[in-house]
Amino acid sequence: MAIYLAFKEVWRNRGRFFLFSLVIALITTLVLFIAALSEGLANANKQFLVKLDANLLVFQKNVDLSPTTSRIALSKRNDITRVDGVESAGALGFSNVSIVLSNGEKDLGVSLIGVEAGKPGEPPVTSGRNLLIDRGNDVIIDQNVVDDTGLKLGDRIKVKSIQGSKEEFYYLDVVGITDGRQYLFQPSIFVPYNAWDQIRPQAAAGAQLMETVSNIIAVKVKSGYQPSDVGLRIIEQVKDVETTDIQTAYESLPGYQAQQSTLNTQRGFTLLIGILVIGGFFQIQMLQKIPLIGVMKAIGASNMTVAAAVVLQIILVTTFGVLFGTFATLGLAAGIPGNVPVIFDGNSVAVAILTLLAIGPIGGLVSVRMAVSVEPLIALGLSN
Amino acid sequence: MNPIIETQAISKMYQSNNVTVRAVDQASISIFPGEFVGLVGPSGSGKTTMLAMLAALLKPSEGEVVIDHVNLSKMNEKERVIFRRQKIGFTFQANNLIPYLTVIENVELMLRLNNLYDRKSREQAERMLIRLGLQERMNNLPNQLSGGERQRVSIARSMIHNPSVILADEPTASLDTQRAFQVTQTYAELIHENGKAGIMVTHDLRMCKYVDKIIQIADGKITSVLSDRQEIEAMISCN
Repeated sequence: MAIYLAFKEVWRNRGRFFLFSLVIALITTLVLFIAALSEGLANANKQFLVKLDANLLVFQKNVDLSPTTSRIALSKRNDITRVDGVESAGALGFSNVSIVLSNGEKDLGVSLIGVEAGKPGEPPVTSGRNLLIDRGNDVIIDQNVVDDTGLKLGDRIKVKSIQGSKEEFYYLDVVGITDGRQYLFQPSIFVPYNAWDQIRPQAAAGAQLMETVSNIIAVKVKSGYQPSDVGLRIIEQVKDVETTDIQTAYESLPGYQAQQSTLNTQRGFTLLIGILVIGGFFQIQMLQKIPLIGVMKAIGASNMTVAAAVVLQIILVTTFGVLFGTFATLGLAAGIPGNVPVIFDGNSVAVAILTLLAIGPIGGLVSVRMAVSVEPLIALGLSN
Repeated sequence: MNPIIETQAISKMYQSNNVTVRAVDQASISIFPGEFVGLVGPSGSGKTTMLAMLAALLKPSEGEVVIDHVNLSKMNEKERVIFRRQKIGFTFQANNLIPYLTVIENVELMLRLNNLYDRKSREQAERMLIRLGLQERMNNLPNQLSGGERQRVSIARSMIHNPSVILADEPTASLDTQRAFQVTQTYAELIHENGKAGIMVTHDLRMCKYVDKIIQIADGKITSVLSDRQEIEAMISCN
């Protein structure tokens, strides 16, 4: 009975309900885009770290897990390797340079990441080969660089680095391509550690320190060992370092938390607006229907029938709106330029859709309560 | 013959500004099968409250209401809802019909509410609407009907599920005189034909032309019960 009443009312007032579904669809689009933007921005920040083939990262002590602030002498990497439970450790160095494009296009800013050949931190290649030694002009570029520049295996790239007040240029040979590994919102290129030490921006060309220094050390733990236990042992045995897992490391990246919490707040407020809009719509509709519901109760419709009809309507309208909004979003997403950091990740989209489907009934609870509390005497004008 | 509706000294009292108001005071009535009764009285006399008690919408403060051998006073709220659905046919002054259901769907509604809807129901509803002269209006929505047509649909809805009692609250209030008489006559005919007990609340004595009995109520008390045709005619003509 409730299904019959709910469907008949929606169908006979389909124009009104369709317009309201469109409002829900717009809210859905907004929520999904915020979710995608949140995912995209987070990804642009942490993609390299997330894909890192390591269990632990070692930072200099008291730098708040900031990779760019952290300085660890390469000799400490050897100490870390000797700690019980450590399978291998690789130094990582981060800096920013530009790839000078020959076709007159604007230089492409990239993260220059120094890695040790065959050690944790060096990315696996999807084509070409890995780095062979810790020096030389070999470079592995990530897929984002390929997408932005059209570079391919065997190409020679010109890299610009500011050293002192001068622009220095270095030529590197593309020997491998890895999948997308953005770091701090830039596509990445991976060079042997010593090459990185030479190319990275510094006070003056050739101003390297006597002892090579890395930013952080990526550690792979032997199987059967707990990374947290190994991390504690490293702190005990190696002076002035601290260790962390990968998730904590990227959550500590500068601006990461602020950015994510801002976007999550936006998403939360959008959902709240959704609840209020849906609640408001059904409440206004319910206010208009009070005399009718009074009549229905007077002729014998139960509270359950009346409430179920309201809930079904809410579910119907919300589901249609959310599905419409989802398909519209996916359609719009196909037209978004590749440089806009939006990623429609299956999990976050599913969570957003389920949340949106849930807000309908939540928003409509007030109107359900109103429907149940209508007195049948209102049909006779004996109650307000 | 046993009455379908029987009340024994029912009263309804309200608290208003710390004063007890007796909306209905010690009212006892009996209505038999096939009897169409006009419940008349001025505004505020208690006739709608009386109707609400007969419809199991209000519990009397005192006394008992027995309909079709069932004592309403002993029912809980859920039982009263089921009782209304099965035993009462109701017509109201306004907002009578479900605006998003067609005429025939409105009539079928009572069958659906009572789980009586089957493949013969459409035919049953059509017969009822044809009987009431609404054969051309079956697929119209209520807002496409005149006031008189709406009340006739309402009559069809109140009778389709074969209730024992037909209650009408000012069914002619929003109609012109000619249509009001038509509606009242239809009520009388159907109640007589089907052996129901019918009560029509009205403040317009002219509408009592087709009733079998007039119960007059003032200040919550029944002041007169007229069942003699001549007395009824005399009362109508005095109005």
